[in-house]
Amino acid sequence: MLTARIYITLKKGVLDPQGVTIQEALQNLGYQNVRETRVGKLIEIQLNSVSREEAEQQVHKMCQELLANPVIEQYEFTLS
Amino acid sequence: MKFGVVVFPGSNCDQDTYQALQQVTGQQVEYIWHKETKLGNYDGIILPGGFSYGDYLRAGAIARFSKIMPSIINFARSGGLVLGICNGFQILLESGLLPGTMMKNRTLQFICKDVYVKIEQNTTPFTLDYEKNQVITLPIAHSEGNYYTDPKTLEELEINGQIIFRYVSPEGKVEEEWNPNGSLHNIAGIANKEGNVVGLMPHPERNVDSLIGDGMGARVFSSMVNWYRRKG
Repeated sequence: MLTARIYITLKKGVLDPQGVTIQEALQNLGYQNVRETRVGKLIEIQLNSVSREEAEQQVHKMCQELLANPVIEQYEFTLS
Repeated sequence: MKFGVVVFPGSNCDQDTYQALQQVTGQQVEYIWHKETKLGNYDGIILPGGFSYGDYLRAGAIARFSKIMPSIINFARSGGLVLGICNGFQILLESGLLPGTMMKNRTLQFICKDVYVKIEQNTTPFTLDYEKNQVITLPIAHSEGNYYTDPKTLEELEINGQIIFRYVSPEGKVEEEWNPNGSLHNIAGIANKEGNVVGLMPHPERNVDSLIGDGMGARVFSSMVNWYRRKG
C-alpha cells in the first residue's frame, strides 16, 4: 500500500485573501517577523496494489484532471 | 421552447429557476437529475445556483464530473443555449465551457445583497431584451465569485466582447468600490466566443416578480425565448 500526500497551493502571484488575513492575525498576536503567508490543501490518498512508478503517473493524472485547478493552483506530492 | 433545469445534490436554486422560467416564459420546463446520462430534447439548459456536492474541493469541481455533464458539454459545443447561474457558472468554468476560475471573495465573507449590474452586450441569446449598457439590480449570494483568469485570456474576453455583465455604480460606472467580490475588471458574467454559453454570479431568477423587486431579471429568460423564436 502506498500513501500519496498531495499538497495543492496557489501559484505565485495569485492573491490569497485567506493567507493575508492569517498573516495579519499572526502579526497582531505579536509575531512581527511573519512574512508572506499562503494557505493550501493537503490531500492524502491510499493506493492499493500499484508500483511506485504507476502510482506516480496516476497521482499526476488525478491532480491534472480533478484535484488542482491549473488556472490558479500548483501541486506537488510525496509517495510513501 | 423546452427548458431543462439540472439538479445536482446541493443545488438550491433549482426550484426558483424552474418557477421563474415558467412564470416569465410560459414555456415547458423540466428538471434533469444529475445521474441521467442522456439529455432529452431541450432547447435551453440552466445550471442553477446552490452548493453542488457541498462545494467540496472547489466550487463546481465535483459536479463537473457528474453523469449528465458529458451530454451537456456536447449540447453546448453544438450550439445549444446553456446558462449557468452562480454555482452553475462555477460548474461551467470547471468544465472548461467558459474560461477562468472563481476565487474566494476578497473579504472572505459570504455576500448576500443586491448589486448594480450593467448589461455590456445585448446581442447574446440571454440579453436580447435589455438595452445595451442598461443598469439593473440583481441579488448576489456567494462566497466564491471573485473571477480570475490569466492576463491573456482577460484581454481576449475584453476584445471579443465576451464580458456580458459587470458590477457598476448606479450610474453605470465601472469602479472598484461597486465590485462586491474583487473580480477582475468587475466581471459579473461572461460568455463563450460563440455566445451560446453564458455564466453569471448574480441571480436573475430571484428578481422576476414585482412583489420582491423590479422584475428586471426576467429579461434573461424572455431573451432566450426571443432568440429561439427568431432562430426558429
